[in-house]
Amino acid sequence: MAHPRQHLLGIESLARQEIESILDSATSMKEVLRRDIKKVPALRGKTVINCFFESSTRTRSSFEIAAKILSADAVNWSSSGSSTSKGETLIDTAKNLEAMRPDIIVIRHGASGAPNLVASRVGCAVVNAGDGAHEHPSQALLDAFTLRERWGSLEGRTVAIVGDIRHSRVARSNVYCLQRLGAKVRLCGPPTMLPLGVEALGCEVTSDLRTAVGGADAVMMLRIQTERISESLFPTGREYSRYYGLSRAKLDWLKEDALVLHPGPINRGVELEPEVADGDRSVILDQVENGVAVRMAILLRAAGAGPEATSA
Amino acid sequence: MRPEMIVLQNGRVLDPATGVDGARTVRIENGRIAAIDDPGARQPAGAQVLDCAGRWIVPGLVDLHVHLREPGEEYKETILSGLRSAVAGGFTAVVSMPNTKPVIDNAHLVRFVLDKAKEAGLAKVYPSGATTKGQKGEALAEYGDMKSAGAVMMTDDGHPVMNPGIMRRALEYAKAFDLPIMVHEEDLNLAAGGCMHEGTVSMRLGLKGFPAAAEDVMVLRDIELASLTGGRLHIGHLSTAGAVRAVREAKRRGLRVTAEATPHHFTLTDEAVATYDTNAKMCPPLRSQEHVDAVLEGLADGTIDAIATDHAPHSSVEKDVEFERASNGIVGLETAVPLTLALVRRGVIGEKRAIELLSTGPCRAFGLPGGTLAVGAAADVTVIDPAAEWTVEPASFESKGRNSPFGGWKVQGRAVLVMVDGRIVHGGEQRSR
Ligand SMILES: [Zn+2]
Repeated sequence: MAHPRQHLLGIESLARQEIESILDSATSMKEVLRRDIKKVPALRGKTVINCFFESSTRTRSSFEIAAKILSADAVNWSSSGSSTSKGETLIDTAKNLEAMRPDIIVIRHGASGAPNLVASRVGCAVVNAGDGAHEHPSQALLDAFTLRERWGSLEGRTVAIVGDIRHSRVARSNVYCLQRLGAKVRLCGPPTMLPLGVEALGCEVTSDLRTAVGGADAVMMLRIQTERISESLFPTGREYSRYYGLSRAKLDWLKEDALVLHPGPINRGVELEPEVADGDRSVILDQVENGVAVRMAILLRAAGAGPEATSA
Repeated sequence: MRPEMIVLQNGRVLDPATGVDGARTVRIENGRIAAIDDPGARQPAGAQVLDCAGRWIVPGLVDLHVHLREPGEEYKETILSGLRSAVAGGFTAVVSMPNTKPVIDNAHLVRFVLDKAKEAGLAKVYPSGATTKGQKGEALAEYGDMKSAGAVMMTDDGHPVMNPGIMRRALEYAKAFDLPIMVHEEDLNLAAGGCMHEGTVSMRLGLKGFPAAAEDVMVLRDIELASLTGGRLHIGHLSTAGAVRAVREAKRRGLRVTAEATPHHFTLTDEAVATYDTNAKMCPPLRSQEHVDAVLEGLADGTIDAIATDHAPHSSVEKDVEFERASNGIVGLETAVPLTLALVRRGVIGEKRAIELLSTGPCRAFGLPGGTLAVGAAADVTVIDPAAEWTVEPASFESKGRNSPFGGWKVQGRAVLVMVDGRIVHGGEQRSR
């Protein structure tokens, strides 16, 4: 069965069924990933350009490995020292990359909406690998996949997201994704990190960590950028970790079987004490592995191929 | 060809300044309004007669806030193309903004604008000069010299005057020349680099928003400074509920405060940004519905003196980029009439108030000539077909700019004939007999 080639610009516009079909496809991809010989011909002859305007070794490598397992030709393009610093516009860059006839452009960009702009100007599929403070759909999908893997279903579960909600694309994508899969979401951070208008997301919102994590089935800790200190969003990393970090002592506040997630990379000692990051509730390394599987599923979808293409 | 005498027949004359509203014949002689007669009145032989059946004959529209981009950014607009855009939109006069390259902060550049406008021979131009040298917000520019050269107002538009001490001196000093100071109200610390209205939409889009309070606090500050100094304060492109409240209160206190609102701020909300459309990027940004409602109230109850377009043409170089990097503003002159008339159809304001906001009101705010069809006044006349339906096509704008969030909109109402000093500068050909 042929599927139409599809952009993945965000979770907000996805229906539950679309999310579930990506997660289902990721389940078979994880099997492929765990094989001895990690190679299927699904995307043979297809070209994927990883176009990273913002550096992220982790996400880029994850997409690159996903593409290679599927036999696509993956090319990494990064903006540092390239044409963008010489005044070329994003649209120029996108048009030039398009002229090289890729099938998929994976784009990471510091400006919210940049993938939307690129998608409106090129003929190939565009996958958002994180744009500004807007969305990070592959991260949300891998988080949902990780939780679903543990729980079977997210229906009726409660997930607390803690940290800089205002600037977090991970938080936005996760809110849409988790809610659509039937989970309740709580958002928690100091008021300076809760965006104006946040109530429109339909989550419980609190600035009290204990309230946020109490009774939650999973706690997702966001990465804190210390640059935000200069914006006066919080006074010091020390105070932040005291009120919004997860320490071993605070684990008592959590349900016994609650899971701890983090999109990485972790500021050890700020969001998470090392003992928590490496503890038995942490699924952080599962998230990393599942990231490859989910991105394989995303690339298949973008290229217009279904998961059945991998069984060939 | 300039006939000595033009007669506009069969139209509805709508002049808020004189209170005339009804079927009249307008006779224009030697560039002035010679008579407003009953429809049947005999007209002297040899006049050029123009049939205005079904149309409104109103005082020439005046826009207090127009960016002509010359000198310095002629690729975006020239004084000539800007004035073509003005007359196509029904405007017989515009106040030009000084944030050109270089900034118009001296008499020479004021004269340059007036010379270019005269060459164009279309709409009249009333130049404004910068409040501070180079619009840097540090030192007062030469108001007296600029006024002598023809400037009608001082503004650092595009930038707020962040230093309240300088703002105080500007309001004080301008009194010597009876000049209004127009302000772009945006507290830069609160704006903190935001690129749209802060609220639900900015939150969803992950775009850095800045709050309505960034405008409110500056409006409140400057109203108090107007009170302190007795100076004339004009709030440019007011866009928030707080600003409307503050201006209403200032007027009640009898302060010399006037205000304008733009068609985009009373027509669109921040939802227009939802697709990251840079055509919807402006400063002040498009606001949420509660603010739009407050602006509509201000237009209706007289708090707001004028509709001004903040015509801000840009090229694709500035607009075809990531939202947060895009320049602010839209092409405003050619869509102002239908967007204002839409308010009449929605029952927000009456027909006379609509015309007042576009002509009489702006003239009164800055003490400009025009804004009336009184006998003896210069024949700056706009004929509007209120029923004309048309589709906004940015590609066919007279402006060099194509940046409009209204592209593809089906609208109603259009200027079909525009006269400046009795000379037809737009339309008219098809229906003249
Ligand atoms: Zn302006």
